Amino acid sequence: MLSALFFYLFAVMCVGAGFMVVATRSPVHAVLFLILAFFNAAGLFVLLGAEFIAMILVVVYVGAVMVLFLFVVMMLDVDFAQLRAGFLKYLPVGAVVGLLLLVELIFVVGAWVTAPDLVRDAPTPPVAEMSNTQALGEVLYTDYVYLFEAAGLILLVAMIGAIVLTLHHKRDVRRQSVAAQISRTRETAIEVVQVETGRGLK
Amino acid sequence: MTVGLSHYLTVAAVLFTIGIFGIFLNRKNVIVILMSIELMLLAVNLNLVAFSAFHGDLVGQVFALFVLTVAAAEAAIGLAIIVVYFRNRGTIDVAEIDLLKG
Repeated sequence: MLSALFFYLFAVMCVGAGFMVVATRSPVHAVLFLILAFFNAAGLFVLLGAEFIAMILVVVYVGAVMVLFLFVVMMLDVDFAQLRAGFLKYLPVGAVVGLLLLVELIFVVGAWVTAPDLVRDAPTPPVAEMSNTQALGEVLYTDYVYLFEAAGLILLVAMIGAIVLTLHHKRDVRRQSVAAQISRTRETAIEVVQVETGRGLK
Repeated sequence: MTVGLSHYLTVAAVLFTIGIFGIFLNRKNVIVILMSIELMLLAVNLNLVAFSAFHGDLVGQVFALFVLTVAAAEAAIGLAIIVVYFRNRGTIDVAEIDLLKG
C-alpha cells in the first residue's frame, strides 16, 4: 500500500517535472526541473529494487551531466526569448504527434504478453542472499566485461572529443614556455660587458 | 491496488511522449532539444529497469547502465558542439545552422 502511494507520488512528480522541462520559459528552470525529474525517476528505480542504477542516476546525471547543462546555459549569452518565437506555432503539430505516439504506446502496453518460455540470462538472486549492487557487479564484470570496456572507451572518446572541440589557443597571448625557461644556460642568459669610465652603455 | 509492470511502462511512455513533444515545441533551441533527448533516454531506462525487475533478469539493468554511459557521452559532446557553434556564429538557433547548405 505504502509502496503504491510512493509509486504514484514519484510518477506524478516525474511526469510533471518532465512536462515543465519542455514548457517552461527559462532554460535554467528547465534544467532544474530536469534534475527534479531525475530525482523522482531515481525514486522509481529504488521502488523497483534497482538501487545501484538509482544512485548512479543521482550521482552521474544530477551531479555531472545536469551541472554541465547548467554551466552551458549560464555561459552562453543567448537571447532565449527570441528562440521561443514560434513556440505556439509548433504547439498543434507537436501535440498531435505526441498524442498519437502516446496512444500507440498505451495500446502496446495494454495488449502485450510475456512469452511463457522466457529465458533469463542472468536471474536476479534473492535480496537476502546478495545486494543489488553486488549482483549487478557479478554480471557486469564477467559476462559483459567487453561491453563494459567498450563503455569506458566511449567515455574516453567523448572526453577527448569535448576537450578537442572546445580548446582553442588565442594567437596573441604570451604564454609561459617551461622548456625554454629550464633550458637556459649561463652563456645565453648573461653577458659581461666592460664599461669605459664616463661613457656608459649605449 | 498493486503496482504492476504496466504502471511503470505507462509512466515511461508518458515521459517518452513528453520528450518528443518537447522537441517539436522547442525546435529552435538546441539546449532544450538535448534536454528532451535526455528525458526520452530516461524513459527508455525506466522501461529497461522495470522489465528487469518484474522478470527477475539483471541484464536489463546492465543495459540501462550502458544507456546511461552513452547518454552522458552524448550530452558532453553535444554541449561542446553547442559551445563551439555559439563561439563561431553567436547564436544557437537551429534554423540558422546551415553552414553545410544541407
